[in-house]
Amino acid sequence: MSVASCQLKRTILFPAHEELQARLVDFGGWEMPVNYGSQIEEHLATRQHCGMFDVSHMAAVDVLGENARSFLEFALANNVNKLADGQALYSCMLNESGGVIDDLIVYRFGSSYRLVINASTAANDLTHLQSVAKKFPGTQLVPRRPDLPDAQDSCGMIAVQGPQALALIGKTIPELNQACQTLKVFFAEKVNTTFGEIMMGRTGYTGEDGAELLIPIQSTVAVWNALLKAGARPAGLGARDTLRLEAGMNLYGQDMNEQTSPKDVGLSWTIDLKSERDFIGKQALTSSIQHYVFLGLVLKDKGILRSHQVVKTSLGDGEITSGTYSPSMQQSIALAKLPVGINVGDSVKVLIRDKELTATVVKPPFVRHGKVLV
Amino acid sequence: MNLPQELRYTESHEWVRAEADGTITVGITDHAQEALGDIVFLELPESGKKLGAGDACAVVESVKAASDIYAPVAGEIIASNDDVTSAPEQVNSDAYGSWLFKIKPNNPADVESLLNAAAYGKLIGA
Repeated sequence: MSVASCQLKRTILFPAHEELQARLVDFGGWEMPVNYGSQIEEHLATRQHCGMFDVSHMAAVDVLGENARSFLEFALANNVNKLADGQALYSCMLNESGGVIDDLIVYRFGSSYRLVINASTAANDLTHLQSVAKKFPGTQLVPRRPDLPDAQDSCGMIAVQGPQALALIGKTIPELNQACQTLKVFFAEKVNTTFGEIMMGRTGYTGEDGAELLIPIQSTVAVWNALLKAGARPAGLGARDTLRLEAGMNLYGQDMNEQTSPKDVGLSWTIDLKSERDFIGKQALTSSIQHYVFLGLVLKDKGILRSHQVVKTSLGDGEITSGTYSPSMQQSIALAKLPVGINVGDSVKVLIRDKELTATVVKPPFVRHGKVLV
Repeated sequence: MNLPQELRYTESHEWVRAEADGTITVGITDHAQEALGDIVFLELPESGKKLGAGDACAVVESVKAASDIYAPVAGEIIASNDDVTSAPEQVNSDAYGSWLFKIKPNNPADVESLLNAAAYGKLIGA
């Protein structure tokens, strides 16, 4: 084992992954399961039945205090004022130049909020948020991931996704049965269970129905094992990536980073430039122009689309930001930044090694709720 | 780990079978297919292509990533396996039964310099 791999972080579920003979990879400094045998089978199990994913490497951060709302209005590009009690919202967090520091989900519970941020960006995000919070007296940021400074009441996270996910959760954790029946999409609830207080959010990263469970860290293994016994199929980060790509969802670090304008990666809908509200990055975005449309590609020839491949179009070059083999469509698909003016239905060429292959421009998502849409 | 004793191996995870007629048959090892994960696409060389030892001459793509396959010895491609290009998952289920291409080596003795099963096993920690 190399020195670097000794320093990788592990989630509370690491021994469970080893027991399931997971193949492990370094994902942003975390030693995580990429698959438990077959990525394609795990992908299809999630589309057809129920997959479960250890996402405890992501970080929950609670935002407390009387200025919590004003703080998030300023720190996040999407508008937290849209949130009803218990509701969730997708947002980017931008720097002053309008580049994306991270993308996240923010949940509102009364006057406090919970952010769920990406794994490898968490420490950097916290430093940034803490510095912004100084202008909002009394605002407290409480990380819930054990390795982060000043973490309290840490939690593990399991995403349970697929057409059978809610039924399976309700069967496994009877106290959540009610929420499984009544909770609307993009809403969350905290429920007392025999495993302690679980936050169940009807959110996910697969394009399927399901939920994300935030569980007290000491009960996370027990919940994982109970879900496993009930028939949820463990699925690794490999399947998580092909599922999110089919669902047309961006991956931070792959489709965007601190140099990327949200306008160029299809995220204008998450940014509200019309209201009076000021937020970090607003000024830069107001004066910036859109360089790319962010659309999907379906490869017509044989091969596999991959990130950074050049896309030749009638209006100039574009670039693939995420590409893969789609297990649901059994052909290769991609998300790509294409010159403004390129439209759905256009034919383009992708340079793969020494060949120019033909692809068709489509509007993501490629797959949703088990059905191919393109 | 499955390591047939009669085959030769490379440090880049190809297996090589020396045939009676002096040609060699090449595939990827069980260790390689397991590391790659589900294989979904293969690009194999055309017959007649001349290669130096270590030249990249084929591509194996799993869901995860693309990997080059290298010529174990210098020579000329004499055949590629069309059956596996139409069903790449065969490489996952039977790595040693799924050959990728055949080479007529410039110097048949070059095969002797490749790793034997014990040496390759040591390399991958088997």
